[in-house]
Amino acid sequence: MMAGAPNKLSRFNIVSLALGLAFLYLPIVILVIYSFNYSRLVTVWGGWSIRWYVEFFNDRAMLDAAWMSLRVGASSATLATLLGTLAAVALSRGERFAGRTLFSGMLYAPLVMPEVITGLSLLLLFVALDAERGFWTVTFAHTTLTMCFVAVVVQSRLGGLDRSLEEAAMDLGCDPVRAFAAVTLPLIAPAIAAGWMLAFTLSLDDLVIASFTTGPGSETLPIRIYSEVRLGVKPEINAICTLVIALITVVIVVASLASKLSGQRGESAAPL
Amino acid sequence: MSARRLFARPARFAAIAPYVWMVLFFLVPFGFVLKISLSQTVIARPPYVPVFDLTQGFASFKAALASLSADNFRLMVSDDLYVLSYLRSLVVATVSTSILLVIGYPIAYGMARLPKRWQGLAMMLVIVPFWTSFLIRIYAWINILQHDGLLNQLLLALHLVSAPVAWLSTDTAMYIGIVYSYLPFMILPLYATLVKMDPALEEAAADLGSTPRQVFWLVTFPLSLPGVAAGVLLCFIPIVGEFVIPDLLAGSDSLMIGQTLWLEFFTNKDWPVASAAAVLLLALLLIPLLFYERLQRRQLEGGR
Repeated sequence: MMAGAPNKLSRFNIVSLALGLAFLYLPIVILVIYSFNYSRLVTVWGGWSIRWYVEFFNDRAMLDAAWMSLRVGASSATLATLLGTLAAVALSRGERFAGRTLFSGMLYAPLVMPEVITGLSLLLLFVALDAERGFWTVTFAHTTLTMCFVAVVVQSRLGGLDRSLEEAAMDLGCDPVRAFAAVTLPLIAPAIAAGWMLAFTLSLDDLVIASFTTGPGSETLPIRIYSEVRLGVKPEINAICTLVIALITVVIVVASLASKLSGQRGESAAPL
Repeated sequence: MSARRLFARPARFAAIAPYVWMVLFFLVPFGFVLKISLSQTVIARPPYVPVFDLTQGFASFKAALASLSADNFRLMVSDDLYVLSYLRSLVVATVSTSILLVIGYPIAYGMARLPKRWQGLAMMLVIVPFWTSFLIRIYAWINILQHDGLLNQLLLALHLVSAPVAWLSTDTAMYIGIVYSYLPFMILPLYATLVKMDPALEEAAADLGSTPRQVFWLVTFPLSLPGVAAGVLLCFIPIVGEFVIPDLLAGSDSLMIGQTLWLEFFTNKDWPVASAAAVLLLALLLIPLLFYERLQRRQLEGGR
């Protein structure tokens, strides 16, 4: 065996992988461990305790913010999934249509657009429309951002589907809408579910766009956390962060099971 | 194929709702940003002089056109605060994207060489932090980097330093935060390109007598360039406009443009200047954005 044989996992590969994953996970693990620290000083270990969780559940303002975030997340993710899926269908099945380039441009740009720009521009729109800022403005703003992510997830799934399945259904007498509902939709359902969950977590996470588009009295959880963090480290924040991480982990596990399911079904038989 | 064409017509109708939505909530708002960036600041609610009041007919439209002012843009290029924050944003984005590439490439390469059955798990492990809240991940680093935080405790225990080091409010802390937050964005496109590469190409180069280093630089790296481009754009563009990370981790003596915009908007309540900053930021990012859009389209639509 030659020493330099490529395609083998070299020691360098293993070390860089291990270090990379440690770098990604260590800070989160530390945060979670210290959320169970009895001591008020974040850096002194005072024994295991859940007092900061108790504190969180007694913190009215924080609970209100969390509730607001969950509502915004669920509503915007649902709207975004609907719109994003439609966009994905149009882009991957609609062939050519007028304004297609503009359409795809508008869908892909928000994926990398700095949030300060998106946030500011949406706020100016809401002010111009004289819309009352609060739950709905944040929800619409998040929908605009997250539908693009849903569109990409669903579109890449649609791109991997064997289109002869749809065509067979139509040859057998289905009209296009029925062929879509009976054949395509079940096949992309797991990707749609994964898209919803991605949209939900993105909305739950967003600070910048929500700060611009919300109004007085309706803070989301990240806005609340941010104003606390600016004042310094507080153990209660560790507890809240741990709860959010736990919620998101559950969502990811469900999403990955869904996409695993999607990977097993209806994989493209012949490359198109 | 007639069935395909038959399918395309209703599929095109699916575009209507998202199209209208994106025009209303993505395209039109930019018009407002542009408009307000050209208006004057006043102390009022909303704090700018309205321009283009179309309800008053065409005559007022012409009058409004005459009253447009480029003052905010003149301010941008003449005031050091703005010029410096633009430059700083570019420097920070360039430096952090380079660090990300250097750190992310070996990780992605390692992932692509894992046995197939481990790759799914490795990808999952890289994606999970990406789904975990941005703010929480920065907060986790504040825990570690603060004055009596774990890093200083560790360094003191190992006698590497004799007094706690001030990590927070430094550029070092900011770079750690940026690299930490954007690492998955760099790794995933790199991994996607590397894993699709035909291993026979590297084998052939090795069989023909290339050293492992030559194999990497002559075969592997050039073939992974599309992934490099995607990863670099995916990191560079948002980092230029980054607000949260420099705000929480870097010192306040020099600002990035995202922070300046935020400050003008929330603290100084100067909407026109904030809008002008947004317009210039967008202009700065237009070319990389267009590149990114093309790359994304090619990837999702197979160069149709």
